[in-house]
Amino acid sequence: MIRVSHLSKRYGDHTAVSDISFHIEKGVIYGFLGPNGAGKSTTMNILTGCLSATAGEVMILGHNIEEEPMKAKRHIGYLPEIPPVYMDMTPREYLLFVLEAKNVPKKDRGRQLESAMEKTGVTPMQHRLIRNLSKGYRQRVGIAQALLGDPEIIILDEPTVGLDPKQIIEIRELIRELGKSHTVILSSHILSEVQSVCEKVLIISGGRLLAVDTAENLARLLSGHEKMHLTVAGDAAKALLLLETLPNCRIAGTATLENGETEITLRPLSDCDIRKSVFDLFAANGLSLLEMHTEKASLEDVFLTLTANPDEKEAQTE
Amino acid sequence: MIAVYKRELSACFKGMPGYLFTAFLLLFTGVYVMVYNLSGYSANFEYALSAVSFIYMIAVPVLTMRTMAEEKKQKTDQLLYALPLRMSQVVLGKYLALCTVLLIPCLVMAAYPLLLSLWGTVNLPTAYGALIAFFLLGAALLSVGMFVSAMTENQVASAVITLICMLILYLTGDLAAYLSPMSRASLIALCIAVAVLCALLYLLCRNLITSLVLCVLGVIAVYWYYVAEPLVFYGLFANILRSLSLFDRFYTFINGVFDLRHAVYFLSFAAVFLLLTVQALEKRRWAE
Repeated sequence: MIRVSHLSKRYGDHTAVSDISFHIEKGVIYGFLGPNGAGKSTTMNILTGCLSATAGEVMILGHNIEEEPMKAKRHIGYLPEIPPVYMDMTPREYLLFVLEAKNVPKKDRGRQLESAMEKTGVTPMQHRLIRNLSKGYRQRVGIAQALLGDPEIIILDEPTVGLDPKQIIEIRELIRELGKSHTVILSSHILSEVQSVCEKVLIISGGRLLAVDTAENLARLLSGHEKMHLTVAGDAAKALLLLETLPNCRIAGTATLENGETEITLRPLSDCDIRKSVFDLFAANGLSLLEMHTEKASLEDVFLTLTANPDEKEAQTE
Repeated sequence: MIAVYKRELSACFKGMPGYLFTAFLLLFTGVYVMVYNLSGYSANFEYALSAVSFIYMIAVPVLTMRTMAEEKKQKTDQLLYALPLRMSQVVLGKYLALCTVLLIPCLVMAAYPLLLSLWGTVNLPTAYGALIAFFLLGAALLSVGMFVSAMTENQVASAVITLICMLILYLTGDLAAYLSPMSRASLIALCIAVAVLCALLYLLCRNLITSLVLCVLGVIAVYWYYVAEPLVFYGLFANILRSLSLFDRFYTFINGVFDLRHAVYFLSFAAVFLLLTVQALEKRRWAE
């Protein structure tokens, strides 16, 4: 669907994207994962023809975005970081404008308009001015705009930023739905979001593509980075001695809290669940376990892992 | 293009600009018709038009300031870049919408000569000829405003710079009369003009070497020509300014001459600035 080769973008002395190459396959939901300023938006802007690359080329279904922009752009629906909606229009007027600008035949416009509004839940707001809509609804109108013209590829730049938790769940649901009939690329700096929605993940940091992998592989990569925090009352030394006998974990640290309780941090060695064995151990020895929670691996851990193993990185980027 | 045209036209009348522009022009047309024609016992609607053309200086920035600057500020320009539209279509659509807004007061003004003819003998062909020229002059000025709007990100900055441009365009003809006709003065002025043009080129393409080379070559060419034919330079710069002036050409129409050359000049002037606007927008894709 999309073939990106040796893409670079420089702003003066600053290199926003440097020598990125990847291939997007049909019918898959892709996630661009990276911290703020990693070059996600720049890459997406180049893919959609909003920016010109300093070097490299982007082919959309065989059309070069620079040489045949009209043909290439027809296959893409794009939601930029800030939804590009006109404040002085109603969603309905705005979407009709986009339909006309995308040159959708008149007879299809009504059907496409209704279906895009239905999918994104804009229908009840269609006659209000966009100026008066909440951020969540503006985002939906932006997504509806991307769906018009039935593009094969839908590119969404941070689609859930600034939404409330309920809206985030709805938008994720919508993206999963879209993934059944479209190729979707979305960007995010939230690890769990990408893991829950995307089938394949592209990890970008500092303008470089660190890895392209399936979400499951990524999860496996991360399992070694989980941390388990235990809060223990009473004899901490005894608890530590007991925990050392557990086979699948090691103790990463202890801290005495102000009220005399002790916090112990464990690192499970592989992706095995040690919660039950910890509990049984404490129960059998009459120790009080006050609290136990698991901390998932963070994005920083991912980057540390990826940058630490250059060989693995090479293997993953094809 | 039609989509952009419709959207821009509706945007002009959803906020103040469209109404303000129309009301402003019509108000002053009324005032000047009263002063020149009714109180002054004159049947020449052209004179009133000539005075109203001054109002363009304030009316044009009001209409053009948001055109491009607002898109950039609200980040809606991203949509225009991502849609399967050519920049030339976007610019032309927007420009035609602005011209349509200009057409509205012009159509209302078209009633004045007929009204005046109820009480006196009005030379209708010259009156309508002048009105057409008034429209073309406005269209040319709108293209300048649009270009400035495309170069700025802030409506206020866009309005102020457009106002200054309008002022310069308005004054060029008059200023030309006060310039020293000496050959040497023309030479210096031409060299400065070359430098200014190259600076503008640099702003548009950010290519320092090309701009500098062109600037040096331009100055050398001018100087070489000056050495070869110093007599040609006598009063040359003033003549160039006079022939570039939009308003001087407009006054020809006011005097009752429908000069097609001037009409073509207005249209080509607009075309050049539309081209520059397209260039300014394309440049943004290449990003600073």
